[in-house]
Formats: sequence, C-alpha cells, structure tokens
Amino acid sequence: MRRILQEREAILAFVIALILLGVTLRAPDYLDGSSLGNLLSTWGLLAILVMGQLGVLLTRGIDLSQASVLAFSGMFLAQLSQVMPELPALVFVILAIGMGAVLGILNASLITFAGIPPIIATLGTMTIIRGMIYVLSGGAWISSHEMSEAFKAFPAGANLGIPNLFWVATVAFILFWLLYNHRPAGRDVYAYGSNPDAARNAGISRLKVEFLVYSLSGAAAGLCGYLWAGRFAIAYTQAAEGREFAIIAACVIGGVSITGGRGTVLGAGLGALFIAVVETSLPFLRINPFLQLAVIGAVILIAVAANALTERRPGRQILPREGQS
Amino acid sequence: MLDVERLSKRFGGIQALKDVSFHARSGRVLGLIGENGAGKSTIVKCLTGIHSPTSGSIKVNNTPHQFVGPQDASAAGISAIQQEPSMFDDITVAENIFVGRLPKGQAGRVDWTATRSSAQSVLEQIGSDIAPSTMMKHLSVAERHMVSLAQALSTDAQLIIFDEPTAALSQAEIHHLYGIIDDLKAAGKAIIFISHKFDEIFRICDDYVVLRDGELAGSGLISEVSKDDLIAQMVGRELSEIYPKVEAQIGEEVLRVDRFTHPSEFADIGFAVRRGEILGFYGLVGAGRTELMEGIFGLKPVTDGTVTIKGQPIKITSTQDAMRAGLAYVPEDRQRHGAILPFSIRRNISLPKLQDLARGIFVNRPAESRLVDTFADRVSIRASSWRQKVSELSGGNQQKVVIGKWLATNPDIIILDEPTKGIDVGSKAAVHQAIGDLVKAGLAVVLVSSELEEALGISDRLMVMARGRVVAEYDRADFSSETVVAAAAGGI
Repeated sequence: MRRILQEREAILAFVIALILLGVTLRAPDYLDGSSLGNLLSTWGLLAILVMGQLGVLLTRGIDLSQASVLAFSGMFLAQLSQVMPELPALVFVILAIGMGAVLGILNASLITFAGIPPIIATLGTMTIIRGMIYVLSGGAWISSHEMSEAFKAFPAGANLGIPNLFWVATVAFILFWLLYNHRPAGRDVYAYGSNPDAARNAGISRLKVEFLVYSLSGAAAGLCGYLWAGRFAIAYTQAAEGREFAIIAACVIGGVSITGGRGTVLGAGLGALFIAVVETSLPFLRINPFLQLAVIGAVILIAVAANALTERRPGRQILPREGQS
Repeated sequence: MLDVERLSKRFGGIQALKDVSFHARSGRVLGLIGENGAGKSTIVKCLTGIHSPTSGSIKVNNTPHQFVGPQDASAAGISAIQQEPSMFDDITVAENIFVGRLPKGQAGRVDWTATRSSAQSVLEQIGSDIAPSTMMKHLSVAERHMVSLAQALSTDAQLIIFDEPTAALSQAEIHHLYGIIDDLKAAGKAIIFISHKFDEIFRICDDYVVLRDGELAGSGLISEVSKDDLIAQMVGRELSEIYPKVEAQIGEEVLRVDRFTHPSEFADIGFAVRRGEILGFYGLVGAGRTELMEGIFGLKPVTDGTVTIKGQPIKITSTQDAMRAGLAYVPEDRQRHGAILPFSIRRNISLPKLQDLARGIFVNRPAESRLVDTFADRVSIRASSWRQKVSELSGGNQQKVVIGKWLATNPDIIILDEPTKGIDVGSKAAVHQAIGDLVKAGLAVVLVSSELEEALGISDRLMVMARGRVVAEYDRADFSSETVVAAAAGGI
C-alpha cells in the first residue's frame, strides 16, 4: 500500500507539473519572481491548514471550524498589535498557535465528552467563533495602517528571496511528517482511524488521539490567522469564509480518505499545491475574473471525482492469471 | 495458571454469566464449548479486560486481578485471537503486531528497524512467510489469523485464547494451526480453545468446560466424554440427527445460469436448479462461490453469460431486478451485508416487505406484527422482544433474523451463503429445518457451504468450485466426502 500511495503521490506531482508547464507556455510570466512568490505564499497558508486537517480526517472526523478560528485569531492579534505595537512577531506566532490549540481542545471536548458527531460539533463552533469575531470587532475592519509594523513584517516578508510563509509551512511540514511517521502518538492516529474499536482494545486512548488531532487542527488554523492577517494586512469578519471547501478538497486530492486511516503528510502538501496552482494561475490565463471562483470550484470537483474513480475496488483475482497454470 | 471463580456478568436486565468457575492449566488446552449466546464471548471479554465482571474473581498464577482495560489483561499475560480478527487495514503487518506498544528508539521516536525485525521473528516462530512490510488489507482471512496470532505471541502471553480460529481456514491451514497449538502447549502456555466443531475439540483439547445459558453445564477431561455427551450438556437434550435430509417434491426448473463469466473472479459457470431442490456449492474459502452468487444477484457486473428464471431469459443489473425476478440472497457476512444492526428485529424482518405493508403513507402495524411473528418464530430467534436491536443479539440469532427477513419476501429461489457459519449445533438444526420447510413449500435453494457435512447432508446435488470454476458436479447418490474434498482441492 505504501508503494501504491507513493505512486499516487507521484501521479499527483506529475499532474501538477503538467499544469505548471501548460500555464507557463501560455503565460510565460507566471513563474516570474513575484508571482512565484505569490504561489509559494498561497501554498504555505493552505498547506498548514491542510496538514492540520489531515489528522482529523485520519480519525474519521472533520474540522469545519478552521476558517473561523483563522479569522478570529487574525482579528484578535491585529487588535493586540494596535494596543501593544512593540510586540515582536514571535509573540504573535506563539499566541496564534496557543489560541488555536485552545479552540481545538474545545472541539475535542464537545466530541469526546459530549459525544457530538464531529461534523455537528465543528459546524457549531464554526458559527459561534465566527459570531465572536463580530463581538470582538463590532463588525469593523482593521486595515494596514492600524496594525503595527512588526505584526505585518514577518508574514509579508521573505528570506533568501523566498516568502516567509513558505518557510513556516516547510517547518510545519517537517514537524507533521515526524509526528505522523515517527512518533508513537502519530502512529496511534492511523491505528485509531483504521479501526477505532480494535484501537481501543489495543490500549490506544480515544481521548488522547482526538485531543491531539483537534488541537493540532486548531493550532494550524490559529497560526494561519496571524499569517493571513499580516500577509494581506487586513483583519475582517469574513476572512477565509468558505475556505473549508479548499482545505477538505486538498486533502481528498492528496489521497487522504475521509473514511479514516489513510493519508500522508506528503499527499496533503501536494493536494494543497494543486489547489494553490489552480488558484494562482487563473488570472494569468485571462479567465474572466467573475468566472474564476466557479472555475476553481469545478476544477476541484473534477479532481476529487477523478480521485474517487481510482479508489474503486477492482474484483479479487480468483481465476488463475493468464500464463499461469 | 488461570483460576476463574464464581464469575458473573449482568448487562442491564440480562444475566449473561452466572457463577461460572473453571481453571486453565499451563501446557494444556481447555475447550470452551456452548451454543451461541451461552456466554462464551462474554467470558473471553471478561478475561481480556473488555468487560469487567459484575462479581467473581479472576486469578492469574494465584494473583487476583481486576482488569480495567485490555492493557491490564495483556500485562497479566492473557491474550486472545478473535474469531474475526479486527486488525488495522491501512497500516503494515509489522505495525499491526505491535500496535499501541511500538518499540521506541532515540528521543521517543518509533524504532522501525526493531519493529520490522521483531515482527519478522514472531512470524517465523509460527512458520508464516508473510512479509512484515505488507499492508494488512492485502492479506487473506487465513493470513489475518496468523498476524493476530503473532500479535498474541509478541506480548509473551502465558494464556492464549483462540475464539473459533478455524471458521475461515482451509484444511491445510487448520492442520498448520494445530501444529502451532501443539508447540505452544509444549512451551508451557495455557490455551483456551473455543469451537463449534467436535472433531476439532477432540483433536486439540485436553479439558473442557460446557456453558449453557450463561451457566456451567459440565466440565472434565475430554478423554472421558463422547460427542453425544457434550451435545447433551450443551443443549440439555439429545440431538438425534444434526443434518436431517428433508424429502421434497422436485418440480420444474426455475433458475438456469449459463456461461457466467467475470473478468477475474469466475468463468464459464453453468447450472440449473428445480423447485424443491437444494443445490449445494462446495469449495474452499476463496474459490469464488460468494462472488458468483453476488454476480447472479446483480451485485457485480459480469462480462458474459445468461440467467433464465422460470423459462424467461432475464437481465439482472441490480438487486431490485433480482428481487423482482423472485431471487433472494442471504449473504455470508451478516454484519456487513445482511442485517441492519442498529434496527430492531421487527424493522429488519419487515424491511423488504414494507411496500406490501403500506396502508396509505403509513405502515400497517398489525400486519407488520403478524408478519414478524410468523417469520421470527419460524427461525426461532431468541430475544427479549422483537423490539430488541439486532446488534444486541448473538451471532446465531443475527443470522436467523437475516434468514427470516428474506423468507418474508416469499421468493422462488433463495441463495444462502454459509447460512450456518459460526452457528452452534442447536441453531444449525433450526436453520436446516427452515431450509427444509422452504423446499417443501416449493422453493429452489442454492446453498453455499464450506462445511462438508452440511453440504453433503442436505443437498440434492452438489457443485464443487475451485479457482473460480466449477470442477465437479455430483448427484446425491454419488456423494462421497473423499471425492468431493479431492475435487475442491484439486483445482489448483
């Protein structure tokens, strides 16, 4: 299976390369400095969210509250930067992760203690948290000139000519990869998602697994809240609304099964890259701006459907294969 | 090694176990015998820490234990191989063996090299050549049992429980398992062996314990009892004949299948069944019998072949087509394909008949009750009421619900896939009785069975399949176990 998954990932990487090639042939300026930076930043933001979602999907759950957590964290931290303009970027990063993790733990508590199905629990927190942004901001936007310089500098900045968002996502990628491939806690997530009852019998705690994945999903969303607000230099109530679709779609395209137990960090990263490429390339292909959202949705659906078709189980091999007696 | 004293377990109002005491000794095999629902599984669950007993004590090597979770039982040296091993499909064999306790290396990282090599050595110990890096989902049923066994041995268990380990194994695999159990005995392990097959109990066990309705019905040395004694203790009455052949009037042909072919699962299958006839399909597990039946019932596409029902050529592409044509199919895996577990017995049985039970937009409740009473009684389901959820019933009773449900559709042809798999002697007789009633009522029955005694016992004719093809066909007069077994194995 590992071989097939890697094959799948190779196929996806190949498809992405094909799209990149096609786009640059039609619009040679797509992979120029600034737009390449745009692609890497878009990927970075999406990939962090997707890797957070990965663990939740592995446990047969779903976290629909990520976009709300993102917007809430962005708004709260932007306000904080108004009050305390001297705070350095690192503090915002730590606060963003911590705040997201706390909101994730709220999701996990609703699911494990109150026994609410993940889709309902996170749909509820999605709405409540989104509502809290209005309470926090009174509906007002915080725009570029109201934020502190330190707040904006890191998410919008670059190192070695590559956007910081890409670097942050790369670090997150390595951490998630280590967790899901080399830490017992990460492997327990796979076992739990593959067969929850048997996992409990093997002494794997449902509580631990679910608190881990939902707090990671929340932490990823919280971190992205800060990065998003800083990158676009705006915090507003509807930030990232509807982003759930792109996140879940990236997971599915990357080979993460929503029935649990199956999916890799590499696949999630590639799924995010696929969507980032589609999203950033449309303007270069001179697609009518009013059509772009619909085109993105359609391309994603086609990719997900193609995925579902390859998932179909072939029959078993019972008859002797040809050339075999 | 293990002393169980006055063990009791209540689930709500149901007394599942009552004052059961027994002992398992090192280097000996204890057979745990009883009908379905007699409490065998409950005992296994108490011993492995999945349930905690209501009262009574469990002592391992004279130390009393209170198991709070499966980890505790495992730490006390008790390990079980489940009837249908529940493993983790999406991870490797090696990881399955050590799940929840992966070897750790530097800085708490998983030591994959140690995981693979330890897995390799346990698998070699039981003579299995499964590669530790194989994904679990690619394994056959028999191989899954091997991995489950490797898992049990890797915990260095002193007491190993085998819960009907041979139900899905071929003859060769069963013999291999016997060898492994003999080795474990010689190594001083205590073994509890649960089975419904008497030849197996007499082959492998030293001691026995019989349970009936949650209570101890007998115990002693296996060398001092006969099969009839055991059956009498299990059911509390003598069973004169386990496989009675019901004589029915054989009528006209109702189902004919010609040149039936699937790209990878079966090829060139042809047979016909008449009213009042039981046509058996015998073969090893994995010979393609279930796949063939699924093809006939419209559950999978076929590339060639025709189905003729009552003289009419018919195209079946969905289960609705099949049911309209008068076919019914009782699948092998009752939990996954047959019964809707969270529904009550009543709702399961009336499900395929709801259309006929409709009165306006409502279900006609009195008519539903009459229907359910008739068919649930006919297969003698044991339950507190027809409102009980199917998930709460024992395996045998679940199967009876599924058969009852299909009987309610009044089909012309009924396909029964392993109808008595994992079912105890008493319920088997009831199921066979029900099959006899079906053919007497003029139905045609297609019976898929891997149990030779059953296939030979109640079939009028027998088709033998191997590697996706029919390799032999016998009339009842020509039945002989030797030739049938040889045909089933010879197709390789």
